[in-house]
Amino acid sequence: MLVNNFLLLGAVLFCIGVYGVIARKNAVMVLMSIELILNSVNLNFIAFSALHGNIDGNTMALFIIGVAAAEVGVGLAMVLLIYRNRKSISLDELSEMKG
Amino acid sequence: MSAVILAADDIQVAQNIGFGIIAAVMVVGALKVVTSKNVVHAALALVLVLSGAAAQYILLGAEFVGVSQVMVYVGAVMVLFLFGVMLTRAKLGKETDLDQPKAWVGIPVALLMLGVLGWVLIDGFGDERLPADASPKAVVEISDSILGPSLVPFLALTFVLVAAVIGGIVLARKD
Amino acid sequence: MLAETAAASSGWFLEHAWLIPVVPVIGFALIILFGKRMPMKGSEIGLASMAGALALSIGTAYQWIQRVDAAHGDHEGSALARGITGFGRSLTAAASGEEATYVAPVIKSWTWWQSGGLEFGLGQHIDGLAVLMLILVAFISCLVQIFSLEYVRGDRRYTHFFASLTLFSAGMLTMVLAENMVQLILGWEIMGLCSFLLIGHWWEDKANSRAALKAFFTVRVGDMGLLVGTAIVFFGANAYAQDTFGSNGFSIQAINAWALSGEASHTVLLWASVALFIACIGKSGQFPLHTWLPDAMAGPTPVSSLLHSSTMVVAGVFLVARMYPVFWEGFSIPDSSVNFIVVIGGITTLVAAFLAFVQTDIKKVLAYSTVSQLGLMMMGLGAGAWIAAVFHVFTHAFFKCCLFLCAGSIAHSGSHHSFDMKRDMGGLRRIMPVTFACWMIATAALTGFPFLAGFWSKDEIIATVGKNGYEVFFYVGFLSAFLTAAYMTRATYLTFFGKPRGAAAGEHGDDDDHAEEHEQAHDEAMVHAMAHAGGPGVHTDHTDHTDHTDHGAHGAHGAHGAHEDGEHHGPHESGKLLLVPICILAFLSIFAGFLQAPAFGESFEKLKLWVEPAAVPIADDDFLVSGFGQSAALTPRAAATGELVCGFETPPNGEVCVFPAVTHAPFSWAKAGVATIIVFSAYALSLLLCVLVYGDGRSKLKGLTQRNRLLGAGHRFLVNKYYLDDLYEKVIVHGVAYPISKAAYWVNQHVLDGTVNAVGKGGRRTGEWIYNYVDQGVIDGIVVDGSGKAARGTGGALRPLQSGKVNQYGALLFGAAAIGALVLVIVNI
Repeated sequence: MLVNNFLLLGAVLFCIGVYGVIARKNAVMVLMSIELILNSVNLNFIAFSALHGNIDGNTMALFIIGVAAAEVGVGLAMVLLIYRNRKSISLDELSEMKG
Repeated sequence: MSAVILAADDIQVAQNIGFGIIAAVMVVGALKVVTSKNVVHAALALVLVLSGAAAQYILLGAEFVGVSQVMVYVGAVMVLFLFGVMLTRAKLGKETDLDQPKAWVGIPVALLMLGVLGWVLIDGFGDERLPADASPKAVVEISDSILGPSLVPFLALTFVLVAAVIGGIVLARKD
Repeated sequence: MLAETAAASSGWFLEHAWLIPVVPVIGFALIILFGKRMPMKGSEIGLASMAGALALSIGTAYQWIQRVDAAHGDHEGSALARGITGFGRSLTAAASGEEATYVAPVIKSWTWWQSGGLEFGLGQHIDGLAVLMLILVAFISCLVQIFSLEYVRGDRRYTHFFASLTLFSAGMLTMVLAENMVQLILGWEIMGLCSFLLIGHWWEDKANSRAALKAFFTVRVGDMGLLVGTAIVFFGANAYAQDTFGSNGFSIQAINAWALSGEASHTVLLWASVALFIACIGKSGQFPLHTWLPDAMAGPTPVSSLLHSSTMVVAGVFLVARMYPVFWEGFSIPDSSVNFIVVIGGITTLVAAFLAFVQTDIKKVLAYSTVSQLGLMMMGLGAGAWIAAVFHVFTHAFFKCCLFLCAGSIAHSGSHHSFDMKRDMGGLRRIMPVTFACWMIATAALTGFPFLAGFWSKDEIIATVGKNGYEVFFYVGFLSAFLTAAYMTRATYLTFFGKPRGAAAGEHGDDDDHAEEHEQAHDEAMVHAMAHAGGPGVHTDHTDHTDHTDHGAHGAHGAHGAHEDGEHHGPHESGKLLLVPICILAFLSIFAGFLQAPAFGESFEKLKLWVEPAAVPIADDDFLVSGFGQSAALTPRAAATGELVCGFETPPNGEVCVFPAVTHAPFSWAKAGVATIIVFSAYALSLLLCVLVYGDGRSKLKGLTQRNRLLGAGHRFLVNKYYLDDLYEKVIVHGVAYPISKAAYWVNQHVLDGTVNAVGKGGRRTGEWIYNYVDQGVIDGIVVDGSGKAARGTGGALRPLQSGKVNQYGALLFGAAAIGALVLVIVNI
């Protein structure tokens, strides 16, 4: 198997995730897009780990999974808080800046 | 099972087809995540993507990571997401405006990025193939790595997780 | 052939005669610096310095006389012996075959500064003429200063008065012993300055300052001639002077020698003479520049007596006498019967004499008399009567000064500061006997009463004029003598005879003059001094005014402590300080004439012996140029040539002449008798007319000039001084000055002011432009506002970057990352 298969797949997922970050208004949707990005990176790591026969890639991927989980937890807690205070999690409405 | 897959010939047609199907499912799912009008639909599409990713990991011989992916991401993170969706939705059903007014800005950025990445990858890794005789990684190697050279990152990760838990509780408690 | 030489007799005074002007200069400086603090307010310094100068002059004169006698005594017989043998013989020039002895003057000079090869120096040229003038000036100055002690007392500028008097004396003394033309001009100008200062002594009265300016400017007009003449003479004589004497063209001795040397072009000498004589016309008040002298009477009487009668105004006569060879050759005096000098002199003497008849101010009568006598002196000089004119200078100084001091005495004590004869004088002979006596003596001397001073000098002039071929002016001289006697009689009658009028009668002038006087808050000295300004009937304040009943208008008077005869207060005789100088001068008026009285023989011709230079050629290697400390040991030589050389022929090679051979008229009792008859008939006629016109009787002559149109016109013509003043001031001065002043004003307003205004406007416009374009436009607009706008614009442009929108941040982040990656890839290809 071409390693490029996995890498390109990862690139595609990454770009879709980027689009999602940019395009989505709902805060939760943005977090989901970030998950996509993280997963694409994970795929990359695993692919390279398989390519080089190294175990470091797997280790890294595990760490990323752990970090992503923590990040989602904190992020959702924040979204919850925002929702409680502002009654909305639409990023448009949350911005208080005048420009 | 992996031996069966890996015992095939060089071209490894079966892996390729398997990869192709799973990749297609993942891409479609990802697209559904970023374009769906329904938040729950987007969440479920994300589950699809994550599952597909786990399958890919197993295809690549990272079985432990794959299983972990399923357990953590699909099992816990997605549940978390769904809880979040549930707790922050005003009403159920279709929501009309999930996209930014200027959502189209993301397309050129994404395409640009795709272009750059694609070109770099093709140029860099042109015809490299995964080693045909690769065996699935043993879990003991992972544990050796984590508790050995990567001990410090591991411990840091524990701190991160503790901080995240505490933070989450602090943030979300009702005062 | 030349006679044997004799050692020159010299002495300390002769060698140091240059100190004579120095003493008054030091006195002047001391008065200016310390005068006000001194007990007598500086007058003691003035008097002391003049006394010192007089003492030195007497010493110089004594030693000069010794020198002359020594020079003559070395030849056969002494002068006295010669005088006895020559009794009755007329003494002509060396042409008669007798030896004339040249007495060398004591010349010293030292260089003051050099420039461009020209040396300007100061020095002394002591010969008989200089000695005569030194004695005269010092003596008269001394007497006048004594007179001024009393006369000017209480004046507001007492100290400066004495300072100016002293400076004047210094100036004149400098001039008379000047060794070169530059020094002469120096003294001349100092005198002019002092004349200005003294005439305008009471300058608060505008008339006085105008008179001072008129005097100064009129004399200035003449001074142009002096400068031009000096320049002409310098350029003419310079080469000759350097060859013969080793001096330069300013040296008077060299100029005189050059004029007589035959090397001088006649045209040059003529122009030089004309130019120099123009200066004399100005300074000595000859026609047509005589107009300043009568106006100069606005000054205090001591000034009039010193400057404008005896000493300063004779400076012109002195100049002609000093530079006589130039005039002799320039105007060809021996060869002609009319020349510039004699014509001017003749006109002057008659013009002024006629004017003296219509004056009511006693000082103006004396002023015109002075002008007339100066004209006579000039006439004499112009006709070749050198010693006669110089002698007349000598005697005239005494009696004219005496007359002026008498006038001052009258004004001071008799007519209550008024000089108006018709209004405030009359009958003063009983009240002021001493003044009257001295006045009579001086008048007699002036008019030529037999055997008094003027008799000798005037008649000698007239006789010599006639003898030298100037026939017309001979008769002019007689006419002048007649007129002099006539107007002096009139003045005497009005002043001393008849009934007392006005102030002489004890009245104090018009009461309506008082109102103006009392309104001014003057201190008593000022008021006292203003009264001296010669206005008639001006009255000052008196507190001790108890014995007059006709003073109704005297309300509140201020104190009048300066009025010294406060207790007397009517006309009275003057005090001793005033009378003593007058008496001395009167005495001299009688006896000074005997210095040159050829009627009594040669021994009485002392003045000629001592003063007139001998007209003989002298070997030029005898002339040494001496410097300071080295005396001019010119040995007197005598020439035995029988014919007239100097002034008539070129002197022989190697010899120079410094004085022409002037002729002398022999004394003739017949001519003297004619002159006496003329004078007495003038007395009689004038007295008769005065009694008829001014007396009490009803005479048809009274008011004649008002009834008769021709006589009235003539009278008016004289009263208006021949309308000359109007001609000068209104026509000439106005015609010249007015356009010039208008042009100058135009230049000032349009060119100078215009430039200033333009600069100002330009500056302002520049400022406005800079304000509008640079300050507002560039700095405010571009720099300040622009930078603000740029900042705001930049901020505004960059603000959207921080919108707070997460999605946008994400877009930017990923976009930048993509671009960064692209760049990396491209760079690393």
